[in-house]
Amino acid sequence: MRRRHVLGAGLAIAVAGMAGSAMAQSEIKIGEINSYSLLPAFTEPYRKGWQLAVEEINAAGGINGKKLVVISKDDGGKPADAQTAANELVSSENVAMLTGTFLSNIGLAVSDFANQKKVFFLAAEPLTDAITWSKGNRYTFRLRPSNYMQAAMLVEEAAKLPAKRWATIAPNYEYGQSAVAVFKKLMSEKRPDIQWVDEQWPPQGKIDAGPVVQAVAAANPEAILNVTFGADLVKLVREGNTRGLFKGRSVVSFLTGEPEYLDPLKEETPEGWIVTGYPWYDIKTPDHDKFLKAYQAKYSDYPRLGSIVGYQTIKAAAAILAKANSTDPEKLIAATEGLSMPSPFGEITFRKIDHQSTLGAYVGKTALKDGKGVMVDSVYRKGADYLPSDAEVAKQRPQ
Amino acid sequence: MAFYFVQFLTGLASAASLFLVASGLSIIFGVTRIVNFAHGAFYMLGAYVAFTLTERFSGALGFWGGIVVAALIVAAVGVLVEMVLLRRIYHAPELFQLLATFGLTLMVQDIVVLIWGPDDLLGRRAPGFRGAVDFFGQNIPSYDLFLIALSPIVLGGLWLLFQRTRWGVLVRAATQDRDMVAALGVNQKWLFTSVFALGVFLAALGGALQIPRDAVHHALDLRIIVDVFVVVVIGGLGSIIGAFVAAVLVSELNAFGILIFPKISIILVFLVMAVVLIVRPWGLFGKPEAAARRTPGLTVNPWRPLTSGERSMSIGALVLAAMLPLFAGNYALTVGSEIAIFVIFAASLHFLMSVGGLASFGHAAYFGLGAYGVAFLAKAAGLPMIVSLLLGPLLGLLGAAVFGFFAVQLSGVYFAMLTLAFAQIVWSIAFQWVAVTGGDNGILGVWPDKWAAGPASFYWLSLAIAALAVTVLRVIVFSPFGFALRATRDSPLRSEAIGIDGKRVQWTAFVISGTVAGIGGALFAYLKGSVFPDSLGISLSVDALVMVLLGGVETVSGAVIGAIVFKAANIWLVSQTDLSKLVLGGFIVLMVVAFPKGIVGTLEAIRNRRRSSEPKSALATSRIEVAE
Repeated sequence: MRRRHVLGAGLAIAVAGMAGSAMAQSEIKIGEINSYSLLPAFTEPYRKGWQLAVEEINAAGGINGKKLVVISKDDGGKPADAQTAANELVSSENVAMLTGTFLSNIGLAVSDFANQKKVFFLAAEPLTDAITWSKGNRYTFRLRPSNYMQAAMLVEEAAKLPAKRWATIAPNYEYGQSAVAVFKKLMSEKRPDIQWVDEQWPPQGKIDAGPVVQAVAAANPEAILNVTFGADLVKLVREGNTRGLFKGRSVVSFLTGEPEYLDPLKEETPEGWIVTGYPWYDIKTPDHDKFLKAYQAKYSDYPRLGSIVGYQTIKAAAAILAKANSTDPEKLIAATEGLSMPSPFGEITFRKIDHQSTLGAYVGKTALKDGKGVMVDSVYRKGADYLPSDAEVAKQRPQ
Repeated sequence: MAFYFVQFLTGLASAASLFLVASGLSIIFGVTRIVNFAHGAFYMLGAYVAFTLTERFSGALGFWGGIVVAALIVAAVGVLVEMVLLRRIYHAPELFQLLATFGLTLMVQDIVVLIWGPDDLLGRRAPGFRGAVDFFGQNIPSYDLFLIALSPIVLGGLWLLFQRTRWGVLVRAATQDRDMVAALGVNQKWLFTSVFALGVFLAALGGALQIPRDAVHHALDLRIIVDVFVVVVIGGLGSIIGAFVAAVLVSELNAFGILIFPKISIILVFLVMAVVLIVRPWGLFGKPEAAARRTPGLTVNPWRPLTSGERSMSIGALVLAAMLPLFAGNYALTVGSEIAIFVIFAASLHFLMSVGGLASFGHAAYFGLGAYGVAFLAKAAGLPMIVSLLLGPLLGLLGAAVFGFFAVQLSGVYFAMLTLAFAQIVWSIAFQWVAVTGGDNGILGVWPDKWAAGPASFYWLSLAIAALAVTVLRVIVFSPFGFALRATRDSPLRSEAIGIDGKRVQWTAFVISGTVAGIGGALFAYLKGSVFPDSLGISLSVDALVMVLLGGVETVSGAVIGAIVFKAANIWLVSQTDLSKLVLGGFIVLMVVAFPKGIVGTLEAIRNRRRSSEPKSALATSRIEVAE
């Protein structure tokens, strides 16, 4: 009785599996995975970005005459589901490569899958250093500037501050922990006179901001490093503003200048925080102008950083496929290593040594303008300038 | 000194919002016995609706009016849900309502994104409570003071309502003895509806009052629901005072705990709950649950082993399932393996729930421990797959033996919550102990050996182990041990009187169940090639519950069907649509209404009704059920 259902379900799956196996010769398929249902605030602009890129690529004649098709899957924010999706894309859809992912653990799961199944994977957003270093593999490349790079960019500014007593607030998971660890290490190298007086580790997404703000204030630091983002950041900023935590203290903050995180703060935006981010309103380069115009024309909305990442991920994928002129993973790897290409932020290169792209980020200060948070005095920092020496990188990567 | 006082007040302010939501949940549970998983969803809806109203109408009246109106609107939605959905399933097996409310929660998560968009929304600050009050150089937000004042007022209001009104008397009576209230001729329908409305109102009010402090976003519900459950259980189910004290306790421990252990927030509530439940099994202010007036043997159709015809049919189905690799592709086979693994997992929980009568809310702990066991053995010790697969589940066994010992001292929802606490403790160890477990970046590269690496071989392996696990569990059900376990479930007193050591029997069942779950987890690690703390997480535990309930908790092997249907639907929907939660939630709600005893349970009931020419008719059975 009960096993008959096993068969029924099995048959249904089998039929579904076979339907997708036919592949048109005139198109190239890319598989894309991201946390669309869990993190819509970041993945929606990201999706718009890559859709724009697909449109542009196909309007310009596709990849060596073949039409580019992106098949996109949701991972629900779970590494196990991301692997199911990756498997479907590779086994049933026969995609030429995998791209995407936002969360670090999902990026790592897919990268491990790619390594095992010998599939090319271009990680879009995950920030963890592990994906290109300690757990790096030859099938995985990463577009976004890593945790280390963002930390190095911030340290450059933070070291100029007179502050000697520092406190940290970071979400209690790998991203927060490694961001604080790298920042502390680089900072203490530049400024041996610094003291770390307090650290707070609220659970990601569940910050109890009042007690955290009080605890930090009690340690009386001169400067604060913040790594929280999203809803946690909103709560932290609100409590901090009300309780005067940020008054007379310097704050250095990861990612807070990205519109995804800055815009929800509206009139609560604290002024003068040193942040990494994406001031789309302030970037006056021809590359970016072109992107901005196309994006606004298509969506009548402004781009977030996710839009840039999504756009550039697919542009990079297309450039790789065009150069390799093949879907063989080995040829794709050979084509990507050392490949340079334009991006809205200027030229970027995929490094041969660790498969990290040299895409950079903007570093600037937060300010309040017409009741909205903006980044001012922002300068583009090239990713290539904020990576450790080749010898150090080689030591970290498994051989 | 001023600092500690202010930190204390800050803790009280955090307690206030927790208390509002928890009191609602406690009232609903006390009267209707519904484990309202959707309580967090109502909290979130309250925040969203209040955001819209307070943005629309300015001024003090607009703000405060908006908050109250938002709570009323959401309460109306709650009434609708109760009347349309929950009323249909009050007579379904215990916990079945959890399934319905879980489906609703999934739907609401997608619906709020559809209505309000994906961005985090920043609500207004409360008029008159924007700033802070200076207290010896420390700033206390005036809104915190407002919240601190509000919660005793709400507490007092509820106390008056319950002590001084006829409705309150009925509610208290129903909390104490539902059947007697019904027997005395009180219209239960409206009592339940009004209680549900009040509970939802409090939840929505709690959510609405957060908008000056928090961002409104679509994950608010999950953030609060578990904490609220914990608070309610620490305080004692159905006790409003208990909820208040527990909320204060948890918030204050957190406020001061982070001064000494900054990383404690992630685990604190669960530690407190585990300690409280071990010391006081019914929470701080709770009373032992009155023995349910169940007449065992009449409500549950007596189980019987498969007839020879059914047995050969099962074997035939298994053989057919084993032929899948002949015509299916790699992806289908991998999905098939995953489903087989979840059949093992669901069957293990089902054994504990149906046969043992112990509903575990933290069963993923043993699944995940099995997975981590394999990962440690394969990665750290470098053992071959067969050995890891055999030894890995022992970690699940160990966990089940330790936690089970404490958990079986409790029963009902308290048992469920203690298992949840243990699962969360294990989860946070895996999450925090980065040096050993890799934290949330997990352990990678746990791939199967060559002989099992092909999708077909792995599928056969999973299918064989699943078939073996289900068969073994069935054999146990019909063994003397199984009868002893069922006796303990049906009547602890009578079974003890005939010499069954109930706790020991339940503990053994817990260990068996945990070990089988560990086997599932061990296979899962090899299927995915990696292990993450997710495999210990709440959402996986809830998935397992859903599979069991969907299959039918009063059946012998309903979980098998439940797991296949749920997992297949889940994988397919996630692949097909970004709105998978909306569709899956809707699907679950429909299933709940269509199959109030679970899929297999309902099918069996229909079959029995058709067959029963005997006097022992299904009609008599259902009458007795209604009388409960």
